[in-house]
Parts: sequence; C-alpha cells; structure tokens
Amino acid sequence: MSAAVLAYEVLLMALFSLIQWHHFAYLVVSIALLGFGISGSLLVFTAPYLAGRFRGFATSQACLFALSALLGFLLAQRLSFNPQELIWDHHHWLRLALVILLLTLPFFFAANLIGMALIEFRDRLAQIYAADLLGAGLGALGIIGILFLLSPSQALILVSVLGLGAAAAIWIECRGRAWSALTAFAIATLVLYQLPADWSEPRISPYKELSQTLRIPGTRIIETRSSPLGVLNVVESRNLPLRHAPGLSLNARTEPPPQLGLFINAGGMSAITRYRGKREELAYLDELTSALPYHLQQPDKVLVLGAGGGAELLQAIYHEAGQIDAVEINPQVAELMRGRFAEFSGGIYEHERVSLQLAEARGFLQRGAATYDLIQVPMLDSFASSAGGLHGLNENYLYTIEALQQALSRLEPGGFIALTRWIKLPPRDSLKLFASAIEALKRAGVEDVAQRLILIRGLQTSTLLIKNAAISTAEIEALQAFCKTRAFDKAYYPGMPASQANRYNRLQSDYFYAATQALLGDEREQFLRDYKFNLEPASDDRPFHFHFVKWRTLAELFELRYRGGSALIETGYLTLVITLILSLALSLLLILLPLLLAKRKQASASVRFGKLRVFTYFGALGLGFLLIEISFLQKFILLLHHPLQAAAVVLASFLIAAGFGSAFAQAFTNSLRARRIAAYSILIIIMLGSAYLLLLGPLLQLAGGWPLSARILLSVILIAPLGFCMGIPFPLGLASISIGAPALTPWAWGINGCASVISAVLASLLAIHFGFNLVILIAMTCYLLAALSYPVAVGGQVEAVMLKTAAG
Amino acid sequence: MVLTMFGNVSYRNFITTVVEVLLVIALLAPPVKSANPDNGFLAQRENMIRLIEADVRATSAYLTRAALDERVLAALASVPRHEFVPADLVDKAYRNRPLPIGHGQTISQPYIVAIMTDLLELEAGQKVLEIGTGSGYQAAVLAALDTRVWSIEIIEALGKRAGSVLARLGYDGIELRVGDGYYGWAEQAPFDAIIVTAAASHIPPPLVKQLAVGGKMIIPVGSRFSTQELILITRISPEEVVTRQVLPVRFVPLTGSH
Repeated sequence: MSAAVLAYEVLLMALFSLIQWHHFAYLVVSIALLGFGISGSLLVFTAPYLAGRFRGFATSQACLFALSALLGFLLAQRLSFNPQELIWDHHHWLRLALVILLLTLPFFFAANLIGMALIEFRDRLAQIYAADLLGAGLGALGIIGILFLLSPSQALILVSVLGLGAAAAIWIECRGRAWSALTAFAIATLVLYQLPADWSEPRISPYKELSQTLRIPGTRIIETRSSPLGVLNVVESRNLPLRHAPGLSLNARTEPPPQLGLFINAGGMSAITRYRGKREELAYLDELTSALPYHLQQPDKVLVLGAGGGAELLQAIYHEAGQIDAVEINPQVAELMRGRFAEFSGGIYEHERVSLQLAEARGFLQRGAATYDLIQVPMLDSFASSAGGLHGLNENYLYTIEALQQALSRLEPGGFIALTRWIKLPPRDSLKLFASAIEALKRAGVEDVAQRLILIRGLQTSTLLIKNAAISTAEIEALQAFCKTRAFDKAYYPGMPASQANRYNRLQSDYFYAATQALLGDEREQFLRDYKFNLEPASDDRPFHFHFVKWRTLAELFELRYRGGSALIETGYLTLVITLILSLALSLLLILLPLLLAKRKQASASVRFGKLRVFTYFGALGLGFLLIEISFLQKFILLLHHPLQAAAVVLASFLIAAGFGSAFAQAFTNSLRARRIAAYSILIIIMLGSAYLLLLGPLLQLAGGWPLSARILLSVILIAPLGFCMGIPFPLGLASISIGAPALTPWAWGINGCASVISAVLASLLAIHFGFNLVILIAMTCYLLAALSYPVAVGGQVEAVMLKTAAG
Repeated sequence: MVLTMFGNVSYRNFITTVVEVLLVIALLAPPVKSANPDNGFLAQRENMIRLIEADVRATSAYLTRAALDERVLAALASVPRHEFVPADLVDKAYRNRPLPIGHGQTISQPYIVAIMTDLLELEAGQKVLEIGTGSGYQAAVLAALDTRVWSIEIIEALGKRAGSVLARLGYDGIELRVGDGYYGWAEQAPFDAIIVTAAASHIPPPLVKQLAVGGKMIIPVGSRFSTQELILITRISPEEVVTRQVLPVRFVPLTGSH
C-alpha cells in the first residue's frame, strides 16, 4: 500500500510537469502530507468506532485510494486551473485550493489505512511503521522503472490497480474469503483497463507550447516517447513551415528550411531542421545572436551543451567548425535523431565532425578533460515560459558560478563560452548571467575581468561571451561588423563608450549598458542592492538562476499588474507563496481544528503530560525531517541530474533508511533507554548534517561525472545513515506517549503532519532566499529542539507504568 | 383542475398563498433588466475607459506622451467588448485584464490594446494589417478609428467566429482571411500600420517589408496572459527602420541616482 502511495506521489510530479509546469512537483509533497495529516486528526474521532472492524475499514480505504488516485487526478485536471491567471483572478486561487483538496483524497484514504493499522496492531507499531516506510521507498524507486516502460497515464492506472491489489491482500490476510477478494480484484482491474483512453489522457494546459503548436492547421504528433526524463513529442507541420529561429535578426534575408518541432513535457520547443548537406540552407543560423563567437574566431573544437534537435550543431557545421562534441541528456532524443529522423536531419548526430556524448551538461563538464575553442550553451526553455516567470523556482545547475568556473577550465587559451538567453525587460536574466560570469572569472583568479566579456542583444535574445584571455581589438572590430549588419545592440565590450549603446533596438534608457558598467565598477554592491530585481549570481547552494523577485518590490509589482506590469511578477514564485498560504490554512483547518474540537471532549485525558513538550517534539521532528528531505531532493539534482530521478532516489533512500531506523527503534520502545536512544540518534543527525554542510558541495561536484549507477549508489550511501537516524525519534516518542497518555497520540500525528506540510513548501522558499545550507542548519536546530523536548511523563510516570507492565 | 386541487382550501387562503408565492418569486428573481440591453455594459465600458486613462497617465513617461489620443479612447468606448468574449465570461468583459477565448488564445487586456493602438498613431482612411485576428476585438478598435483593416487568423474556428461577430456588429471596413500571416497581405501592401498579435519565435522579416515609409508596426511580446514589452518598428526610409522596445508599464528597475 505504501508503495502505491509513494509511486503515486512521484507519478503526480511527472504528470504535473507534463500538464502544467515543473514547480508543481513540490506542491505534490505538500499535498501528500496534508492527506496524512487530515487522516491523523480524523482518526481521533473514528478510531474507537473502528476498532474491531479493521478488515472492512482497511479494505474500503484501499479501494477508495485506488478510486480517488485515478478520479482525483482526472477531476483536478478538468478544473482548468491556470497558474498564469493567478494574478488576474482570485477564482484561480480557489481552483488551486480545489486541486489541492482533490489530490489530497487518495493520500487521505491511504493514511487512514496505515494509521488504523498502527492503532490496531499497536504491539507491532515500529514494525508496521518500518513496513510503511520500506514500501514507500520501493514505490518511489519502482515508479521510475515503470516510467521507462509505461506512459504517465498508463502508470496512473497501474497505481490504481496496485491499490486494489492491496485491498484484496488485506481482505485475505484478515481471514476474508480469498476467492471473493480475488474475483472482485480481477473484475475491478478489468474495468480500469477498459476505461476509454481519452479519460486518463493527461490534459495539457492549452497555453503550453505543444498545445499552441497543435492549433496550427496541418500539424500532428508523429512520434511520442516517454521516460522519467519526460514525455517527448515530435510534431510535423504539413501546411506551414514551423520557422523556429529564436531571435532571428530583422535584417535576415533567409528563412529556416522545413522543420519538425521537438517538445519535452509539452513545452520548450526546439526544432529538428531538415538538412540535405547544403550549407547555404543553414544561412539563417548566422542571423542569430548566438552566431557571434564564430565571427570573432574560427573555432576548431566546439562543445554544444544540449544538442536537442541539433540547431547549434548545424550552426557549428555552417561555420565550419573542425570537431563538434554534442552533449545530450535524453537518450530518447538521441535515439530519434539517429533513428527515425536521421535522414530528415541529414544525420547530424552521426555527422563525421560530430561526436555525441550522452550525458548531463554539468556532469560532462565535471568529468572530461578535453578543452574547447568554443562552448555553446543554447537556450533550452521557451520564451513564453521564460517571460511568464514560470521557471522562477527551477533549480538550474548550469548557470551557477561553479558551473561557469568548470566551463572556463575546459576552454583552450583564448577560447569562448557563449551563453544565449531570452531577453527579459526590464533586464534580469542576461544581467544575472553577466554578474555570474564576473564572479566565476574572479574566482578563477582572473584580474582583467572587464577585458574578457562581451554582451550583445537582439530584439528577443542576448548572447554573453566569456573569453579565456583578453579580447583583442580585431575581435572588437569583428563584433562591430557583426552587430551592424544584423541590427543587434552591443551592451558590453571592453572599453565600450556610452555612445555605442542603444543604437538599433532602442530602450527608454539602456539598462543593459548601465548595468554592465555598474556590475564591473566600484558601485556593484550599491547597484545590486538598488536594482529592483534580484541579480545576485546563482551558486550551487542557491541554484535559482531564474528567480528574480525581491520581497521589497513584490508589492510594487503587484500594484502595477493592471498597468502593464503583469509580466514583472514571476508566476512560479507567486504560486509557491500562494501554495504556502493555502497549505498553512488547510492544514490548520483540517488537521488542528478537529483535534481542538476533540480536545474539548476529553480535556482531562492528558494531564500527566506536558502538552507543550508533545507539541514541540513532534512539530520540530516534522519540520526537521521535511526540511532535510526537500533540500536534499533539490540539492541532489546536481548529482542525479534530473528532478524526477532525484526525487525518486532521495525519497526512496530516506524512506527505506528511516524504515530500518524505526524497525531498530522497535527494540527499544518498551525500554528505559528509549530516551537515550532518541537523543543519540538526534546527536548523530546533527553531526552528519554539519559534516554534509561542509563536504556535500565538493563531494557532489567530484562525483558529478560518474556513471548513473555509481551516482545513485553514492546518494544512497550519503542519505542512508541520516535517514536511519531520522527514522528513530518519531516512533520512540510515539511509544512513550502511547504508554503515558494515549489520548495524545493523534495530536502527535496531527502536529507532525501539520509541520511537515508547511515545511515542504517552506524548504523551497528558504532555499531560494538563503540557500540550502541555511535550510539544513534550520533543520538541525529543529532536531536539537526535539531532543530537548522529548516527551516523558512528568515525574517519571512512564517509567512507573513500564515497570508495572514489566512486573505484570 | 386548479379549483379541484384547492377544493378544500378556502378562497381567502388561496389568495394569500398566491400572493406569498408571488412575493417569494419576486424576491428570488434577479432584478429586471432595463429596456436597453446595452445600458449595463455601457456604464461598465465607460468605467473601463476611465481606468485606462488613469493608468496611462501614470505610465506616460514611458510612452513619451502625456495621455492617450482622445480618438483611441473614443474608439475603445464605442466597441462592445462583451460581444467578443465567450458567453461565460461576459460579466468579466470590461475588467482590465486579458481573458481566455478558447483555442489557447486570449483577448488582450484593454489597457494593452489602448496603448498599442495609440502607438500606431493612426489617421482616418489609413490601411492597417493585423496578424492574429483572435477574438476580432483589436480589429474592431482599429476600424472604429475609420481605418481600413486587413486581418489574418491562422486558427479557422477563431477566424470564422470573429468574422461573424464583426459582421453582426456592422464593422464593414475589415477584411478577414484564415491562413498564414508570415508573408503578410502582399496584394494590399504597403500598410500604414501593422499589428502582430500572434507572437512567433522571431519577427517575420517579410512583414517589415510591407510597411510604408512613415508606417509603424507593433508587436506585443510576452506570454498569453501578460505582455512584457511592445516592439515598435518605424520605417523611416525605403531601406531603413527604427526599432523601439517599449515597456508598457511605469517601472524603473533602478532607484536612487540613476
């Protein structure tokens, strides 16, 4: 059952990345915890009535889980919640709340079942808790395997079936008739698989690029692949060319040849361009800002980080680069480019000058030693989502200072890194990258930083060049010519006078020029402080390159939303803040309120315990556990390279280890040493946490280039001891109060659940503003607090009770 | 029948019941709409215009003008925006926000429509090309300025719907076509103004070529629900254009001495 729940949780992340945007993934963690919390507090009322009816209750809850897992999602996606309308319409707040509630249902039912099992089989508490965590871990890992085989919507049905299977198993285990359970299971499964396919099809937001492209007459999806890395669609347009050439110069005289659209999770279109070996057909690639480095030098060895549909490979071929290393993370993209679309794309993935590397960009930078004349970092996201600020929360380990440093170390003397980004106005993205480049050069010990940078901008894109030497006069002349013929503006080059700025695409005031000058000058700190967006360079500790919101300006931005300022607010960030508010409200309402009501009825039940202690202990544990889990989840993307992969491995390792931890704790629940064991485990957590604060960064960097299996193994080794210890304090504390004051047990669950819900969202917010290290520090403080407030009965009454039990 | 049904009820009781029922109905029923069905919308529309005026005044420094052209405001005040939005969103038609119109498209925020139209500096009788008809609202606003409008929409259903709405409302100066807008409308070129509401990955160079000398082209850039900037291209000679990127909002990213 737990396996099904966690599989469902990870699956929801995958589905939301597909139908909406990636940041909803973290919403899912909150939703799951909310379901568990509500269940915990409702069991306070219902447990007495349910005692002795375990078989029927548990079976029904498993069935309800199966049903709501499927229907909850299907209904939720029909609510047409649109994050982009959050700023316009408070109805979408309501819809978001409804989506949360609908998706909470399956977790609620599952938690009912698990909670009731814990109560029913009280004597085997830790064993059940351990089985729960173990199953959860397996589920999280299992779904990753399943996503290689099945599409997300098929996997959704499978999870439902798993729930039904659990129902049948419970019935049989509790001495129900096996044949009737099995027949019911078989029939229900059959029904699920007979559901019309379009019912369970994910409904992709109509504002995502794939949906938008499919509106064009004559377009259709001609190829679909699915893996944990995302759903891949290739779109053909028979009537009209797709003409994908982001940032094409207004002066361009050529058009792109016929293209196919390549979509990952229905967003971020890139193009597979037809190539028949005719160089002149690729001339449009010379009309983009990203073509600049080829005009300053004739690079021999080129590295393209993110080959995708191959536009940057063609650009390198057009400019007659000698040898091109193409890095692509998604094996299915490579398979399509080398297989079905090899002919269409002129076999560029197997071109004589191209060598394909299946790797994640950051990992590739870490692993190899080869050096390049040019490292191209293309745009991998789409303009619409960039403009809408939908990436505000995405961790990105390619635009951090550390990543740029690594890229610098892979340059030939005099080589270039070229980073192309969509332009945001007022400028944010390009300037933050400029600031990161300055920092990376400084850290690499470069003194003439100002001599090594060039930034140009067209109407829609900007390209930043970082050179591994001082930029020469000849290169500046080439830059002038390149920009003039294409009507691109120079924002920065060494020794640029103000008169050169703002020539072609005129802004009210050339923020780009002013900002780059300020960032390189003495007033840098002042500028960063005064600028109304956050331009602090992203680092591995705070890898949020796309996050620009400053709290200080949030109110001003919100005020301006009707006056043309709507694009200034990051939807992703706004969603996170609203989610925090909603989850706080919902968890208070649904978890603590019932408990408060219940408390009135049985006010005298718990006199022997310091309630404050219980509150603090379980609250702190909930906060601490989730803060650590979520920040590891985000941090380990650096190692595991993809959010979903990281989610599965990290969740599984934590849960399985914590499962073992609580099984271990089982031996001590009735022991006088319980408190000491809990204290020791917390001590180890704090020690490990401190060690990781220092060591994790370098360690993750070091291992970045290892093969996937080794990286997964390392993650498990790193997480397991921490998870093991984190599994211990909760059951020990629970056992302690279940002896001393059973009436408080649901409170413990409820408070723990409530704290977990909040901390899941809080972890992201804190990480964005203060970095992961601080989140882990706070988590350790929580654990320390827990250690200090371990719930023992006042005056050693638990011991007395225990002695009595032992004697009896 | 009625009498037999109320056979054992006294006449007086019957009257009282009827009066009561009528009272309840009167209380529950929505207020009766006034004779002119446009009245409610007219007031809403005037309110919307006042809002836009105030907002533009606040943004004027960026638009390099103190206020919107009176004629643009009059045009906006004359177009029944509620006719261009889906039936279930009619009550939100005059809110200063973009609205979804189906097919993954939106009708722009009135404030942005006003600013874009204003930046084109249109004269009566001029020729305007629109790429991306959408709801047809923008075309109607252009036509209300006594310009001749050619508009191209790629999504057939949208094009047809806009066509029938515009015809019903009597906008005769608009010619619609369903198809690809990349190459503009060569038969009618050059144009005094071009408005591109359907953003692509880049601005189609062929469109720039269909701009008359002195003509202006405007392109909103952003996502469906928020406009980041307006690109304004002015042809100053047969060979040369000048491009401006206009922020539609009064927002200075730097504070202090800058």
